[in-house]
Amino acid sequence: MKQYSLNMLLVVFAIGLLFAAHFRIIDGYIQIVFMTIGINIMMSTSLNLVNGNMGEFTCGHAAFMCVGAYISSLLSVFCFGTKFGEPLLPAASVVIVFPIIVLIGGAFAAVSSLLVSIPSFKTRDDYLAIISIAVNYMIISAIENMDFVGGSRGFQGMKDTVWAMVDLFDGPWMLFWVINFTVFTVWVIRRFISSTYGQGVNAICQDEVAAEIMSVNTNKIKIINFMVAAGLAGCAGGLYAHIIGYVNPQSFNILKSTEALVMVYLGGMGSLSGAVISAILFTGLLEVLRSQAIVDGLLSPITFMFPDWEPSAGVIKWVMIPLLLVIVMQFRSEGIMGNRELGDVFPKLKKFYRFK
Amino acid sequence: MMAQTQIQTESTPVLEVRGLTQRFGGLKAVNDFNVKLMPGELSGLIGPNGAGKTTVFNLVSGFYQPTEGEILICGVKTARLKPHKVTALGVARTFQNIRLWNDMTVLDNIKVAQHSQLGYGFFHSVARSKTYMKREAEIEQEAFELLEVFDLKDFASDFPKNLPYGTQRKLEIARALSVHPQLLLLDEPAAGLNSNDAKDLIRLIRWIHDTFDVTIWMIEHHMDVMMELATQIKVIDFGETIADGNPEHIRNHPAVITAYLGDDNI
Repeated sequence: MKQYSLNMLLVVFAIGLLFAAHFRIIDGYIQIVFMTIGINIMMSTSLNLVNGNMGEFTCGHAAFMCVGAYISSLLSVFCFGTKFGEPLLPAASVVIVFPIIVLIGGAFAAVSSLLVSIPSFKTRDDYLAIISIAVNYMIISAIENMDFVGGSRGFQGMKDTVWAMVDLFDGPWMLFWVINFTVFTVWVIRRFISSTYGQGVNAICQDEVAAEIMSVNTNKIKIINFMVAAGLAGCAGGLYAHIIGYVNPQSFNILKSTEALVMVYLGGMGSLSGAVISAILFTGLLEVLRSQAIVDGLLSPITFMFPDWEPSAGVIKWVMIPLLLVIVMQFRSEGIMGNRELGDVFPKLKKFYRFK
Repeated sequence: MMAQTQIQTESTPVLEVRGLTQRFGGLKAVNDFNVKLMPGELSGLIGPNGAGKTTVFNLVSGFYQPTEGEILICGVKTARLKPHKVTALGVARTFQNIRLWNDMTVLDNIKVAQHSQLGYGFFHSVARSKTYMKREAEIEQEAFELLEVFDLKDFASDFPKNLPYGTQRKLEIARALSVHPQLLLLDEPAAGLNSNDAKDLIRLIRWIHDTFDVTIWMIEHHMDVMMELATQIKVIDFGETIADGNPEHIRNHPAVITAYLGDDNI
């Protein structure tokens, strides 16, 4: 019972969400919010693998999302779109082929992570952070200069794939895939990091020299860890591209990487449940602060004093969220969960679930 | 008890070092160092501060690549091998300043040291395959057994940083043994211990030597520990070997006395 409680809860929640979306109980906007939450969970948990568990500081995670987004968009347009001529595959196969396309995007992103992981053999900390920023710029600039994917104008046509799915069965397909891939991400990371093999990542974080001397193949573990993180980010990118139906290299710039960083540090480094919680909170907050009425309400004591000032929600949310980060770092620098999992913070919860 | 994989014959030395020289820029940290350790030996390496003792250990464990000379572990040359490969050959070591993984539990500290013998990779760990489940259960059991014999079982889920200093030293030795070494290098195991703890340490090291069927080579500044335990002692000073022999021989060797106490001709 205890073994399956979490899985059952997840299944019930997923089915409930899909039904609600299918029968239009929740509208398209709410669906987009849920999908964004899923993608952000994938981004923050995968970045947490590098920045939290391995203790390296990389801030170019969006680069891998970009690789995944472009590769899977291209494949998807080749297979089901009309942009490059006739679709290669019959539209009926889309349901099977789509997750494979996303995973291939992830695989390419994983390979591109070698650009960061190979320098990481010799460099650490600030220097690796600079390398990761450089890689982020490299990948974006490379794509901007590729004319056949639209360059800086961006690339579209992936919606053909989504419509092909809708033609087969009229349902909330993208929501379905996002839920599946989010669960897949958390599942892979949890299993990897809780094995003795994955504990090598934590050993590298705490004392790399001791890890190497105690028979941990640090270079291999680093490559694998970066590959897993980048691969999952690539999957997130592929899904993101298909939700929006349009990708642009500039939407994966350093700002996007920073968003992922913010989620990791808000949640607590090295805490998987922290990364999930902070992704939900962060996305929710972004959406809530999008409402002008709420922002006006929150700022009413200030606007009362300065009646001429009319803050716009779109701008002010980028003041409030960084401010939240400043406050969290000041008073709880270890983040919401702080290197602990949900079960460690609330031991009573352990009675009800087991998460392996 | 631990499954020891003792395959080499009595005749191959566990460690053989020939003409080892290490230069750091203009400094010769170790010069023409030779040693041969037979299986089951318990020997020591002493010398004044800065003599190059830890450098020798760093060379043997593969952390530095020697400028000249060669190192053979159970007959296998370690030239250009990465430290984790050298460890997999059967060399485990402790550090002068304790280097445990402080934010991992004591049990995980022991388990991770078996990385070279895991026998499964990333995909096994994600798929929770049969191999994974079997190996993980074995590793866990072995780790518990090791903690049990080291009397550390009660601390299994504690973090090393919260343990007393002496226990941390003990844990570090236990972690090194978790590698299944043929050769155990102890770098100043008694550093920072009082004379009572040092006596316990002597018992512990002797007991490890008898129980785990392992060759031990140690660096130590506490002469009583060294004289009590070691059957062979090598003395180095400024990278040069100045004496070699049994404790009695070393105790009365004029060059050793000069190196430690200075010349009496002023």
